[in-house]
Amino acid sequence: MDVDARFLLCPMPVIRLSTAMAKVATGDQLTIRCTDPGALYDIPAWCRLEGHEILKAHTEPSGEIVIVVRAGR
Amino acid sequence: MEKRKRKAVVLLSGGLDSMLAARLMLDQGIHVEGINFFTGFCVEGHTHAVRHDRKSRPVRNNALHSAEQLGIRLHIIEVIEEYKDVVLNPRHGYGAHLNPCLDCKSFMVGHARQWMEEHGFDFIVTGEVLGQRPMSQRRDTLPVVARESGALDRLLRPLCAKLLPPTLPEREGWVDRERLLGLSGRNRKPQIGLAHTYGYEYAQPAGGCCFLTDPNYTKKLRDLWGSRGERRYDFDDIMLLKIGRHLRPRPSFKLIIGREEGENRFLEGYRNRFVHLWTPDHNGPLALLQGEADDADLDLACAIAARFGQGRAALTVRVAVGAPDGARYDREVAPLPPHALAADWYL
Repeated sequence: MDVDARFLLCPMPVIRLSTAMAKVATGDQLTIRCTDPGALYDIPAWCRLEGHEILKAHTEPSGEIVIVVRAGR
Repeated sequence: MEKRKRKAVVLLSGGLDSMLAARLMLDQGIHVEGINFFTGFCVEGHTHAVRHDRKSRPVRNNALHSAEQLGIRLHIIEVIEEYKDVVLNPRHGYGAHLNPCLDCKSFMVGHARQWMEEHGFDFIVTGEVLGQRPMSQRRDTLPVVARESGALDRLLRPLCAKLLPPTLPEREGWVDRERLLGLSGRNRKPQIGLAHTYGYEYAQPAGGCCFLTDPNYTKKLRDLWGSRGERRYDFDDIMLLKIGRHLRPRPSFKLIIGREEGENRFLEGYRNRFVHLWTPDHNGPLALLQGEADDADLDLACAIAARFGQGRAALTVRVAVGAPDGARYDREVAPLPPHALAADWYL
């Protein structure tokens, strides 16, 4: 599943991811795309609190941040 | 029979007081989870971090950072739509600007009460300190919040509880009143001392935690309402008020001009909503045009956009005008000279 959180400011990317996470099963993967640089801190922080796993996180040359998450509990 | 572990939901703002309130509950063996409401007006590290020239500030959500330090779950809940009524029709009026602090607190505690009931929690905790805020944390207004939110005596303020009548969690022995605090006033030394004791990092937002207390922001919000002839806003409106220079050179339109790369990138996301201007032959900002502009207005808008680009010293500059549907045409304009940029255009 892809979550588009581009051009959204904190904490909307986390809210979008949280909403999407509620719809998937444990072990499913989600990819979230953001432009807020804070997402690189907040999404891993939220995932640590919720027991989700960050599989990949990188910033593309365009500045877009792509984070792949595996759903935990 | 084993006693059931009681559960508290704490309104976690990302500031020090709510973090300490949560910690006092954890120290008493209470199960604590945080709740944070996003109204659209919250000041966060990131709002500043959109600007690349402010990298010294931590780029993070302070409530999440607090929750991590406490080791508790945090539920971030968007309330933008429901919150409009608080901003537009505050029963208790505004503070110095457009801040409806007392209504806001009742709204948030009320939503926390609803969440508490839905999730089987026992009580609500806030970091309020008696006498710390002029509107919502006075001896006469603290009971108003408890009453109007419907939380009543399930609302516990651990930092000043000893100065207030005992609440249900205290009377029932879920928490030990003797281990709560009796803080009052605006002196923050006790809280700072506790933060050192616990080893907590905390945010100290210089302008408070809400844009509605910011005179520059509220001036732009009033201008928005004035230009529409009615007091209404949507999510994009209030986001855009946080970004860029805002100039209203004519009553019918205004320009939002990026101040640096981060803001330009943010404004890019609105190309499909607004007429937008940029200078293809020179480095310069992206400018969004909000409102109605005739041909002469567009000339002026282009001249202003050119004024803020690297081509400002050129005789003429090519300015691209993009429409929301993707259509584009170019105008050749003379950048507006500095003296023609009227001070009262700035919002």
